[in-house]
Amino acid sequence: MKGVVIGCGRVGSAVARGLAGDGWDVTVVDEDEDALGRLGPAWRGGFVVGHGMDVTVLEEAGLGDADAAVVSTRGDNTNIVIGQVLQLRYGVSTVVVRILDPARATFYSGRGMSVVCPTQTAISSLLETVRMATPKAASA
Amino acid sequence: MYAIVAGGGKVGANVTRSLLDLGHEITMIEQRADRFARLEEEFGPVVLRGDATEIAVLERAGIARPPELLLAVTGDDEDNLVISQIAKDAYGVRKAVARVNDPRNQQHFDLLGITQTVCATTSILGLVEHEVPEHGLVRLLELQKEGLVVVEVQVEGGSPAAGKKAGGLSLPSGSRLISVFRQGRTELVEPSTVLRPGDQVLGVVPESATAELRRALLGAPR
Repeated sequence: MKGVVIGCGRVGSAVARGLAGDGWDVTVVDEDEDALGRLGPAWRGGFVVGHGMDVTVLEEAGLGDADAAVVSTRGDNTNIVIGQVLQLRYGVSTVVVRILDPARATFYSGRGMSVVCPTQTAISSLLETVRMATPKAASA
Repeated sequence: MYAIVAGGGKVGANVTRSLLDLGHEITMIEQRADRFARLEEEFGPVVLRGDATEIAVLERAGIARPPELLLAVTGDDEDNLVISQIAKDAYGVRKAVARVNDPRNQQHFDLLGITQTVCATTSILGLVEHEVPEHGLVRLLELQKEGLVVVEVQVEGGSPAAGKKAGGLSLPSGSRLISVFRQGRTELVEPSTVLRPGDQVLGVVPESATAELRRALLGAPR
């Protein structure tokens, strides 16, 4: 299976390493060539330096025959646009996009992309944990 | 008319000023504190501080009314795309015009259905082509939805099309020559029309085939 990860920050690099560990053929795209360091010294996958809005970069990364793509650059709107380009232009069937803003995440998850919203996940799990707190009076 | 202008840079501020002068109701959205302060001095409550790609900010600006027109003119193409998509698809704004900063991103706007775009670089290049006749092919009008361009081509002595009948030329598929302007008169192009040096030929061609049409009529670019 061929996977492309766009944005090699903490999330993107860890996802890329995870997929490579599962045996995927992974190519990572990032504007900053130093981001390659996040993939570790044993990285055997591909790495393309460039912006994910640039179609020559996307083509070099092999989007044309990717089975899945993960878009996790720093910018929500950049991720939203790139995610749609990967679906519509390259026909990548599984596209997962990271969107930090819960409102935009809700809007775009209704449009065919898989959206992951870490902010909403944090809000939900914080609330859930706090709601399970036992009242002081009861424990005394 | 009510319009929302997203982005208060040079383009946004000048457009807002002109629309206000014409008597329209405007809300302009600007994120940067320094810019916002300057704009507020001039425009007062017309300016709203915030990130126009946030749905809550757009709602404060009255996106749900909805406005007759939304202009997404920030300096960031991804932002302009997302603002336009939210306006059109979530709030039914009929007319959303987006600024394209980097002409290489035009294809993304087209792909994502944001058909009304303005790109300063492309417009200036169009003017350059118009002013520099030896460039050969002038783009007169772009029909974005149809994917067609209306072009004008000046036939010259060495052009492969000179002295040939229009019906005998091998033109890119989907293209058509409309008229020739010669000696102060315009004639419609028939298959029997012979092209001559000095003719200004008007034609329509698919966006992707303009270079091919230029080659067919004028040969390889010098």
